[in-house]
Amino acid sequence: MKPPAFEYYCPETLDEALGLLAQYGAEAKVLAGGQSLMPMLNMRLSHPGVVIDINRLPDLNRVTVEGTSLQVGALVRHAELEHSALAATHCPILPAAERLVAHLAIRQRGTVVGSLVHADPAAELPLVWLTLGGELEVRSTRGSRTIAPEAFYLGYFMTDLAPDELAVAVRFERPAAGHGWAIEEFARRSGDFALCAAAAVVEWDAARGVVQGVRLGLGGVGGAPVRLDQAVAPLVGAVPEAELVREVARGVGQYLDPPDDLHASRAFRLHLAEVLSERALRAAVRRAQAKEVQGA
Amino acid sequence: MTTRQIRLTVNGQERTVEVEPRWLLADVLRERLGLTGTHLGCEHGVCGACTVLLDGRPVRSCLLLAVQADGHAVTTVEGLAQDGALSPVQEGFRQEHGLQCGFCTPGFLITATYLLEQNPQPTREEIREALSGNLCRCTGYQNIVNAVEWAARKLAEQNSAKP
Ligand SMILES: Cc1cc2nc3c(=O)[nH]c(=O)nc-3n(C[C@H](O)[C@H](O)[C@H](O)COP(=O)(O)OP(=O)(O)OC[C@H]3O[C@@H](n4cnc5c(N)ncnc54)[C@H](O)[C@@H]3O)c2cc1C
Ligand code: FES
Ligand code: FES
Repeated sequence: MKPPAFEYYCPETLDEALGLLAQYGAEAKVLAGGQSLMPMLNMRLSHPGVVIDINRLPDLNRVTVEGTSLQVGALVRHAELEHSALAATHCPILPAAERLVAHLAIRQRGTVVGSLVHADPAAELPLVWLTLGGELEVRSTRGSRTIAPEAFYLGYFMTDLAPDELAVAVRFERPAAGHGWAIEEFARRSGDFALCAAAAVVEWDAARGVVQGVRLGLGGVGGAPVRLDQAVAPLVGAVPEAELVREVARGVGQYLDPPDDLHASRAFRLHLAEVLSERALRAAVRRAQAKEVQGA
Repeated sequence: MTTRQIRLTVNGQERTVEVEPRWLLADVLRERLGLTGTHLGCEHGVCGACTVLLDGRPVRSCLLLAVQADGHAVTTVEGLAQDGALSPVQEGFRQEHGLQCGFCTPGFLITATYLLEQNPQPTREEIREALSGNLCRCTGYQNIVNAVEWAARKLAEQNSAKP
């Protein structure tokens, strides 16, 4: 099908965009990469009276290092983060996650921030954002604020963003140099949304040969990604033997409440959550240890 | 409905068109500019048949408003042949029987053209990965991968023949 009629604005300054959002609020939809919004318009699942295209706004297309964070502007496309040298150095899990997002052509257009705001519960980037930690920078004519991922996701496709707010950038916390990381997912076909995905970051205490810090996140197991700080606590300060990692991974199910739907049963999702958690934790530990050997 | 005028470069030619903001680039290419090589299979980004190059990068023309292409360059499958000669990727599809009904072919040609620009010597695995966003109901994909390999060899020969 074709999109319904709407009024189209293509502001060239941030102030103009915020003014339009203040004026039209819930009647308006922001158009970024369009890789989620356009299908909804084509299928007429969405009927905005006004579309505000942000693609011609200046200065939103940069990836930069800001203190302890990697900052990604609202017009940075998936493919740009996938190939960003800064991301590869400071948050290597991000390019790896991007390679799992959709397909070549979708990644040329879809934006990183759009994916975070769209809040598909199976999307890779919200999961990685929650796992790394960070904040979203949001603007409106009322002012600006930052939101942490823990507070941002409220449930299936639901976020804390108000209708008059524009997300201008996201910051991902950079893990310590020499950390290990991994993202593992199960999807029916390459490029599909994951039925379940796991992201892990391991900070390594080389002097003692133990895990110094560890984070594990899971996506596709509920309305929003979840971080399993409690489940992985036994790994902190421990030697990450295969048995211990397996035991921790087997324990994630008690913190989850995945849905039964036509893509996968609840039981299958729980199984995937355990298997992928184990794979991600093991791969992250391996990477952290390999870096120690290289002295990186 | 209010329309607006947009200017875009399509296959090297400057074009001016009057469009409604809600019109998809794919429909404007097909219905207004007569370039029916760009096919619409699903209209929600999944099949890849509508893939065109926007400023040299592959995008879904079913997920782009024509107004968004204002001031940009678009290459469609009609723009791949040069001076009546098939491009190496097109020739590869012909030599290796990379198509049957041909519905999906324009999207594969565009995506493969971009792939070989970025990565002139892809492995079969890399070809499959790059083409995973294009669906074909006929061929079973084997010959499509063969066709891209054929094109990669052809391009390598052409480049080594250059003085
Ligand atoms: C075939 C296909 C397969 C896909 N597979 C995957 C996949 O495997 N994994 C995955 O994660 N994603 C996948 N996607 C979705 C893709 O990642 C999108 O790029 C992403 O979800 C949305 O980003 P966008 O820039 O395209 O946003 P848009 O479609 O432009 O917008 C999406 C929503 O976010 C809002 N929005 C966007 N940017 C802002 C902003 N800066 N401020 C306020 N609101 C904003 C819009 O108003 C809209 O409601 C797929 C898409 C397609 C078509
Ligand atoms: S018609 Fe555009 S991807 Fe199918
Ligand atoms: S050749 Fe018929 S769909 Fe691909």
